[in-house]
Amino acid sequence: MATHSENQYFVPHGSIYPSILSAGLLSMASGFIFSVATDRGGKSLAYLEGPGHWMMYFGLAVVVFMMFKWLGTVITESMTGKYKSWEDKSFRWGMVVFIASEVAFFSAFFGALFYMRVLSVPDLASYAPDITPYKDFLAVWPSQGPGGHVLGAEYTPNPAFKPMHWSGLPLINTILLLTSGATITWAHWGLIKNNRTQLIIGMFLTVALGIAFLICQGMEYHHAYTEMGLTLGSGAYGATFFMLTGFHGFHVTIGTIMLIVILLRCMKGHFTPEHHFGFEGVAWYWHFVDVVWLGLFIFVYML
Amino acid sequence: MQVFKKIGVGLAALLASLNVYADYSWNFPEPVTPMALDTLHVHNKFMIITAIIFFAVLAIMIYSIFAHRKSKGYKAVADKAPSTAVEIFWTLIPFAILLLIDFVIMGIPAYHSVVMMEDTRDQSNMVIKITGSQWRWQYEYLDGDAKGIKFVSNLVTTDDQLHNKAEKGEHYLLEVDNPLVLPVGEKVRILMTASDVLHNWWVPQFGSSRVAVPGFIRETWVQVEKAGTYRGQCKELCGKGHGYMPVVVNAVPMEEYKVWVAKKQEEQKAASEVKEMTKEDLVAQGKTVYEKNCAVCHQVTGAGLPPAFPALTGSKIATGPIFGADGKYLKDSHLDRLLNGKGVMPAWKATLNDTEIAAVITYERQALGNAATVDPIVQPTQVKAARE
Amino acid sequence: MSTTTVAHHEEHSDHPTGIMRWLTTTNHKDIGTMYLTFSLIMFLVGGSMILGIRAELFKPGLQLMNPDFFNQLIGVHALIMIFAALMPAATGFANWMIPLQIGAPDMALPRLNNWGFWLLPPSAILLTLPFTLALFGIGDGALATGWTFYPPLSVQGGIGVDFAIFAVHLLGISSVMGSINIIVTLFNMRAPGMTLMKMPMFAWGWLITAFLLVATIPVLAGAVTMLLTDRHFGTHFFDAAGGGDPIMFQHLFWFFGHPEVYILLLPVWGFIPQILQTFSRKPMYGYKAQVYSLWAIGALAVVVWAHHFFTAGMPVPALLYFMYSTMAISLPLAVLFFCWIKTMWKGSMTFETPMLFAVGWIILFGIGGLTGLVLADVAADAQYHNSYFVVAHFHYTLFAGGIMGIMAGVYYWLPKMTGHMYNEKLGKLHFWLTAISFNVTFIPQFFVGLAGMPRRIPDYALQFAEFNMISTIGAFILGLSQLLFVYNIISCARGGQKATDKVWEGAEGLEWTLPSPPPYHSFNEQPVIK
Ligand code: HEA
Ligand code: HEA
Ligand code: HEC
Ligand code: CUA
Ligand SMILES: [Cu+2]
Repeated sequence: MATHSENQYFVPHGSIYPSILSAGLLSMASGFIFSVATDRGGKSLAYLEGPGHWMMYFGLAVVVFMMFKWLGTVITESMTGKYKSWEDKSFRWGMVVFIASEVAFFSAFFGALFYMRVLSVPDLASYAPDITPYKDFLAVWPSQGPGGHVLGAEYTPNPAFKPMHWSGLPLINTILLLTSGATITWAHWGLIKNNRTQLIIGMFLTVALGIAFLICQGMEYHHAYTEMGLTLGSGAYGATFFMLTGFHGFHVTIGTIMLIVILLRCMKGHFTPEHHFGFEGVAWYWHFVDVVWLGLFIFVYML
Repeated sequence: MQVFKKIGVGLAALLASLNVYADYSWNFPEPVTPMALDTLHVHNKFMIITAIIFFAVLAIMIYSIFAHRKSKGYKAVADKAPSTAVEIFWTLIPFAILLLIDFVIMGIPAYHSVVMMEDTRDQSNMVIKITGSQWRWQYEYLDGDAKGIKFVSNLVTTDDQLHNKAEKGEHYLLEVDNPLVLPVGEKVRILMTASDVLHNWWVPQFGSSRVAVPGFIRETWVQVEKAGTYRGQCKELCGKGHGYMPVVVNAVPMEEYKVWVAKKQEEQKAASEVKEMTKEDLVAQGKTVYEKNCAVCHQVTGAGLPPAFPALTGSKIATGPIFGADGKYLKDSHLDRLLNGKGVMPAWKATLNDTEIAAVITYERQALGNAATVDPIVQPTQVKAARE
Repeated sequence: MSTTTVAHHEEHSDHPTGIMRWLTTTNHKDIGTMYLTFSLIMFLVGGSMILGIRAELFKPGLQLMNPDFFNQLIGVHALIMIFAALMPAATGFANWMIPLQIGAPDMALPRLNNWGFWLLPPSAILLTLPFTLALFGIGDGALATGWTFYPPLSVQGGIGVDFAIFAVHLLGISSVMGSINIIVTLFNMRAPGMTLMKMPMFAWGWLITAFLLVATIPVLAGAVTMLLTDRHFGTHFFDAAGGGDPIMFQHLFWFFGHPEVYILLLPVWGFIPQILQTFSRKPMYGYKAQVYSLWAIGALAVVVWAHHFFTAGMPVPALLYFMYSTMAISLPLAVLFFCWIKTMWKGSMTFETPMLFAVGWIILFGIGGLTGLVLADVAADAQYHNSYFVVAHFHYTLFAGGIMGIMAGVYYWLPKMTGHMYNEKLGKLHFWLTAISFNVTFIPQFFVGLAGMPRRIPDYALQFAEFNMISTIGAFILGLSQLLFVYNIISCARGGQKATDKVWEGAEGLEWTLPSPPPYHSFNEQPVIK
C-alpha cells in the first residue's frame, strides 16, 4: 500500500448545492410542462404558458448557477491539494462509467434509426394495396414516411424534401472534429512535458475548432429548414436526423463550455504534469463526442 | 409450520385445478380451435413440470427446516470442498436435466405451437379484416360472397347496469350489438389493424390474440370447430373505454353462415343508399347513432366530461356554420370534426355511413339542448358530396 | 490485524442539525437512512393507491371511481412501487452497508451521493402532482397509460404523461449517479486484501445491478425523450404515417424494462444468502457459483426483452429466439436456488424474523420465477399476455421477491443501524400475516387470469366475481399488516433493548465488527483482509 498520507480519503463536508440543483430541475421540468400544456390539453390550459416559461427559465438559472458553484468548490478543493491519487482514481472511474451511460443514451437513438430503416419503413411498404392505407409508399431510405392520419393529426410528407448530403458541411465538420481530437491530444502532451505554450495553444485551437463545428452545424440546420424542406417533422428521416445530430450538437456545446473552463484554468496554471484529472476528464468527454460523430457521419449521412 | 402446510394445500389445489380434466373455470376455458387446444396442452405440460420442480424443491427445504434446526440440537456440518471430478459431475448433471426440461420437454412442443400459430395463410379459406378503434371493433369481410360486408360492433351493456342501478345480465360487459359471424370449420385468416391506439383482439377460447397497431397490419387466424357464441375482450390498455370493448363471435354452420351473408349484403345495400330525409327522421335516427357511438365520451346529455371531452351542448362547433359560400364544408366545422376527428376525437368517416353521419350531426344540432339556426340540418347527400 | 488510517473528514465538529443536516449531508449512513425512509413512505403511498383499485374491483360494476382515474392509479402505483419504493430501498441498503461491508471510509463520491437521493423527492412530486392539479381543474390527472407508457395512447394523453416523462428522467439521473458511485466505491475503496472474489455477495449483486442500470436507464431516457418530441415537437418516431412504429417504443422500453426486473432483484439475491448463512450458522455454499450466476443473469437480462410483447407480431425466428433465450435464464437461477438451499442444508437453523422472511421469500419467489418460465412460452403467452396471470406472476416476483426480500434485509440490519433490537414477536406476526394474506391476494389472480380476465380493466364479467372478492380481502389484510412493520421500525428506531455488535450469533462480515449503531464515521482505520 501507499504511504500514510496518500491513504487518507477525502470526505467533503456537507453541501447544499445538490439539493438546490434538484429543486431547480423540478422547477425547470414543471415549467416546461406548463408551457407546452396547450399542445395536448386544449386551449383551456393556455393560461399556464406564461407562468410555465418563468418557472422554466428560473429553474434553468438555478441549475446553471448551482453547477458553477458545485464545480467551483471541486476546483478549489483540487487546488488546495485535497485530492490525492486515491481520490483521483475515483474520479477516473466515475468519468468512465458516466461516459458509458452516455453511450447507452445515444444507442437508443441509433437503435431507433436502424429500426425504422430496416424494419418499420419496409414493413409499411410491404402490404398488399387493397388492405393498406399506404398504397403508393415505397421502401426507400431516406424516407419521410407514407403520410396520413394518426390520432386526428394530418401529416403530409414534404414533396420538396431532400436528405442532407455528406459531402458538404458534414464533411467539413468531420474534419473539424477529428482535428480537434488531435489538438487536444497535442495539448495533453504539452501538459505532460510541462510545456505551457504548447498546452495553451493546443487548448485554444481545440476550443476554436469546437466553436467552428457548432457554427457549421447551425448553418447546416438553417439550410435544412429553409432550403431543403428537412425539418424535425420530416417523418422517420427528419426525426432521427435532428434528434441524433441535435443531441450530439448539445454534447458538443457542453464539451466546448467545459473546454473553455479548462483553457482558462490552464492559463491560470492550474494543472501539473502529475495531477490534472480535470483536464483529462474533459479530454475523454471530447473524444467520446468525437467518436459519436463518426458514428453519425457514417450511419446518418453516408449510408 | 402450520402455514407451510396451508400453502402446500393451496398449491396442491392449484396443481389439481390445472389438470386437463379439471373444471375449466380454474384453467383456460374450453378450447374450440386447433390453436387453443395446442396451447392448452403446452400450458398443462408446463404447469405440471414446474409444479413437480416446485414441490421437489419445497420438500427438500421443508425437510431441512425441520431436521436441521438448532432447537433440536442439530450442529452445523461444514460443506466439504468436493473433488473437481465430483464437482463437475454435480454441475453437469443438473445442467443437463435443466437443459432437457427447458429446451426439449418444454421447448419442442412450444416450437410446434409457435410455427402453427404464425402460419396464417396455409389453407386459409377466407380473409377478414379487424380494425380496433376507441372503443369498438370493426369487422370487414375481404373475399368470397361476403366481400364488402362491413360493420361495427359496440358494447350493449347499459349505463345503468354499469353503475349498479339495474340488474346485470348474464353476459354483463361481454355483449355486443353486431357480433362477428364465422362459419364453423373454415380456417379464417385475420388481418388486424387499428385506427387510433393499440388494441388487442382476444378470444380466450380461440387461443389467438394479436395486437392491432395503427398503420400496420398484423395477422392471426382462427378455425372454430364447434358452433357457439364465444366472448373475449380487448387486451391492450387503450384508454378509458378499454374495459368496455368486448369481442363476440358467433360460429355457425356453413348453411346458416351463407344465409347470414345474404341478409347482411341486402341490409348493407339498403343502408348505403342516400336519400333526402326529414328533420324528424334524421333526429330520430341520430339519437340511436349518438347513444351508441358518442355518448361514451360526450355523455348521453351532451354535457361531456370537460376538460377531456368537451360538452356538445352550446358548443360553438355544434351550432356554428358548416358549409362555406362555395358549398364546401369548412375546416374545423361540425362535419369536418366528425369525418376527420381531432386529437382524442375519432375520425368517423370509415366507421359510419353517410346517413348515420348526417343523422348524428342533425341530432347534435337540434337536440342535446342545441337549436342551431345556421345549417340546422345536414342531409346524407351533403355528407356523400363532402366525402368526395 | 494491521490497520491504516483512511478517512480525512472535513470539519469533524460542526455537523449542521435539523433539516440542514439532511439536505446537505455527505455521510453514507445519513443518505442511506433517507433512501430507506423515502422508500417506506412511498411504499405506503403506492400501496394505498392500489387499495383503491382493489376496492373498486371488490365487486362487478363501477362503485368508486371512473375508468380514467382507475387507469391513472394503476400506472402511478406501478411507477411508485418500482422506482420510488423498491429501487430506493435497495440503494438505501447499498449506502448503509457497502462501505461497512468492504471496509471503506465512506462512498467514493459523497456529494454525488447526496444528489442521487435529492433527485428522488422531486420525481415523486412530478409523479403525483397531476392528481392535485386535477383537483384544481388543471389538466386531467396523472398518466393513464399504465407504467409502460405505450404510444400512441401516451401520445394522446394529457399533461400527466409529460409529468411522468420528466419524473422518469430525474429518476434515471438519480439511478445513474447512484450506480456510478457504487461502481467506483466497489472498485476503488475496498479494504486492502479484499479482492473482488472476496467481496460480500451483496456487493456483487449491486455491482451487476449498477452495470445494468448504466447500460439500460439511458435507453429508457432516450425512449421517453422520443415520446416527448412526438407529443410536442412534431417528430414521428411512433407514428406509422411518418415511417415510425409504436412497437419500436416497446422494444426500447423493454430493453430497459426487462433488465429492470433483475436490477430490482440482484441486490436481494446478494443479501439473502448472507442472511441464510447467518441463521444456518455455516458459510454460504458455492460463493463462486453464485457470483458467476449473477454475471450470467446480468448478461442474459439485456438480450431477452421482446418476451413482453410476443403478441405484437414478430417473425417466427425472432419469436423463437426470444423464447429460448428467456428460458435460459432459469439455468443460472436454478444454480442460485440450489446454493441457497444447500446453504441451509445441514446447518443449525434458527428462525428469527429475517430468516422467516428469507425462507418464505425463497418459496414465494420460486413460484414467481417458475410462472415466469411458463410465460416465456410464446404460444401459450397469447393466452397469458396482459391477463391477470401476468399480474400474479409479477407480484410474486416484485412483492414476494422484491419487497419481502427487502423486509428480510430490514429486520436483519435494523439492529445494526439503530442499535436496538426490534420486537421479535411483532416481527414474526408481521411475517405470517404478510405471507398468508399475500397468497390470498394473488393466488386467485392466477385463476382469473387463466380463465380470461384481462388486466387494467375497471370492471369485469360476472364469472370472475368471487375470486376478485377474495383477492380484495387479501389485499386489505396485506395492507393493514404493513402497519405492524411501520410500527416495529419506528419503535425500534426510538429505543428498546440494546443490540450487541454482532447482533446475530452466526453473523459474518465486517459490518458486524463495528458497534451497533456504527459511529458516524465508520472506518477511520481501514481493516486489512487476509
Ligand atoms: C423482479 C421482477 C421479475 C422477475 C425476477 C421476473 C422473472 C422472470 N420473468 Fe417476469 N415480469 C415481471 C417481473 C419479473 N419477472 C413484470 C413486472 C412483468 C410484467 C410487466 C408488465 O407488463 O407490466 C413480467 C412479465 C413477464 C413476461 C411477459 C408476460 C406477458 O406480458 O405476456 C414474461 C414472459 O416471458 C416473463 C418471464 C420471466 C422469466 C422467464 C423470469 C425468470 O427470471 C425467472 C427465473 C426463475 C426461475 C425459473 C425459478 C427457478 C427456481 C427453481 C428451479 C427452483 C424452484 C424452487 C422453489 C419453488 C422452492 N415475465
Ligand atoms: C414493486 C412493485 C409492486 C408492489 C410492491 C405492488 C404491490 C401491490 N400490488 Fe401491484 N403492480 C405493480 C407493482 C407492484 N405492486 C406493477 C408493475 C403493476 C402493473 C401496472 C400496470 O398495469 O401498468 C401492478 C398492478 C397491480 C394490479 C393490477 C391492476 C390492473 O391491471 O388493473 C393489482 C390488482 O390487484 C395490484 C395489486 C397490488 C397489491 C394488492 C399490492 C400490495 O402488495 C400492496 C401492499 C401495501 C399496502 C396496501 C400499503 C399499506 C399501507 C397502508 C394500508 C396504510 C395507508 C396509510 C397511509 C398512507 C397513511 N397491482
Ligand atoms: C373517444 C372519445 C370520443 C368519442 C367516442 C366521440 N368524441 Fe367527439 N370529441 C372528443 C374529443 C376529445 C373532442 C375534442 C377534440 C379537440 O378539440 O381536441 C371531441 C370534439 C367533438 C366535437 C367538437 C366539439 C367542440 O366544441 O370542440 C363534436 C361536434 C363531436 N366531438 C361530436 C362527436 C360525435 C357526433 C361523436 C359520435 C359519432 C363523437 N363526437 C364521439 C371525443 C370523442
Ligand atoms: Cu381496445 Cu383496450
Ligand atoms: Cu421480462
